[in-house]
Amino acid sequence: MGRIYLDHAATTPVDPRVLEAMQPFFSEKFGNASSLHSEGTEAAEALEKSRETVAGALGAKPDEVVFTSGGSESDNLAIKGFAYANRKKGNRIVTSAIEHPAVLNTCRYLEKNGFRVTYVPVGRNGIVDLNALEKAVTEETILVSIMHANNEIGTIQPLGKISEIAKRRGVALHTDAVQTFGKIETDADKLGADLLSLSGHKIYGPKGVGALFVRKGTVLEPLIHGGEHEKGLRAGTENVAGIAGLAEATRICAKEMNGEAARETRLRDRLLKGILETPGSWLNGHRTKRLPNNANFSFRHVEGESLVLYLDMKGIAASTGSACSSLKLEPSHVLRAIGLTPEEAHGSLRLTLGRATTAKDIETVLEIIPGEVEKLRKISPMAGMSALEKKRLEKQPHGHGRHGKACD
Amino acid sequence: MAVNYTKKVMEHLANPRNVGEIPGADGVGTVGNPVCGDVMSIYIKVGGGRITDIKFKTYGCGAAIATSSIITELAKGKTIEEAVKISVNDVAGELGGLPPVKMHCSNLAADALHAAIKDYQERRK
Repeated sequence: MGRIYLDHAATTPVDPRVLEAMQPFFSEKFGNASSLHSEGTEAAEALEKSRETVAGALGAKPDEVVFTSGGSESDNLAIKGFAYANRKKGNRIVTSAIEHPAVLNTCRYLEKNGFRVTYVPVGRNGIVDLNALEKAVTEETILVSIMHANNEIGTIQPLGKISEIAKRRGVALHTDAVQTFGKIETDADKLGADLLSLSGHKIYGPKGVGALFVRKGTVLEPLIHGGEHEKGLRAGTENVAGIAGLAEATRICAKEMNGEAARETRLRDRLLKGILETPGSWLNGHRTKRLPNNANFSFRHVEGESLVLYLDMKGIAASTGSACSSLKLEPSHVLRAIGLTPEEAHGSLRLTLGRATTAKDIETVLEIIPGEVEKLRKISPMAGMSALEKKRLEKQPHGHGRHGKACD
Repeated sequence: MAVNYTKKVMEHLANPRNVGEIPGADGVGTVGNPVCGDVMSIYIKVGGGRITDIKFKTYGCGAAIATSSIITELAKGKTIEEAVKISVNDVAGELGGLPPVKMHCSNLAADALHAAIKDYQERRK
């Protein structure tokens, strides 16, 4: 039996058409886009054609697109770049509690460097609390950074309303659109974004390439200093092959978006219906305001990592918000922010569909998952445990403590 | 984060030995914390100073299940004196090593066994 890959939010395979578009720029058209000669011109032309394609998908002008090494760099350039260039205007940044680590940890870094950051909470459904956001944006606020859709629970944020709040105060808006670009509409004007991050490898393009949309008039401080590449915003010889790949991936996504989103939504909904028949399971995140390809469940009395490993043995690639394998040993900040207890957050399973996912795959997965959950529940002492015993354990110091790290 | 488990860990995870509870066990030890994502219970039956039967139930990651499984194999048939000496390193060693972030699972398994033995000894008093 072939493998069933349901972790497209982590990464996607490079589309053969993308690979073909990249191929000439390794050995044949290898020029440096900064060179004056024909080889250089050829590379520069490919670069600018790619810029037009990516800009087109954002409803932007080509000179508003800066190529980067990926989503994390785009987030860093947007937030640190904006903060450092605009610190005379104020030192406050507003973001949400469920951002990707590339945004959260960039904000935490800025907190150590004189900025003040407010982390706005989200509701049980994963939508940003707009009242709290409105209160958090003050005179000193210079930037609001709210992701377009969450990578774990797939919830799509009401960016239109969020940008209205930001605009009323004359504050710039950054959005991490890594999970939405190429999947749903990401027109920068409609979203009201001044800065928008995107990545290649989430949309069947190569790893190591991404872009940042920078609205005309938005001033950034570069993070990488050197030559005058990317209008001085990002030094370093351009990754022409990668950028050509990102552009081709963008072109294919734009062409196939509507059909593919509808198809994946149908498969996803079938998956939800089937999985939620399992006793002690529920869906995390908003039921409808979510990415077409995202499903995120919790299973009571089951720990996510062991479930992912059991599914892997059955040929299914999935992921979890359980943190048993991360150094901090705390479950997903996103699942905690939507109100799950640590135990509930440890039992999460994320399945993200993609172009290769078929209806038959979903039926196979629906046949396998309930059985694997049941196997783990049979091993688990939690199902039969009294509330009193659970309370006693929750107060117990834990093995993790021995390594100098308290749990939760 | 991807975790590299040894073949032996994966084998015990796929086919955990001695899963279950022992009705009327002579000693039961439950350790861990649901907040942290792992809880282990070990049940022992003792006859003639030896662990004649042992079973476990574990809620936790792959390493937590594998370490519980292996410790039941290590302890089965041992005298109480021998079983008390089974250490964290014995568990990890038997599995061909554990990734550093997973060493606490090995701790837990040893703690659960020792708690079951302590329970047995206290009941005899």
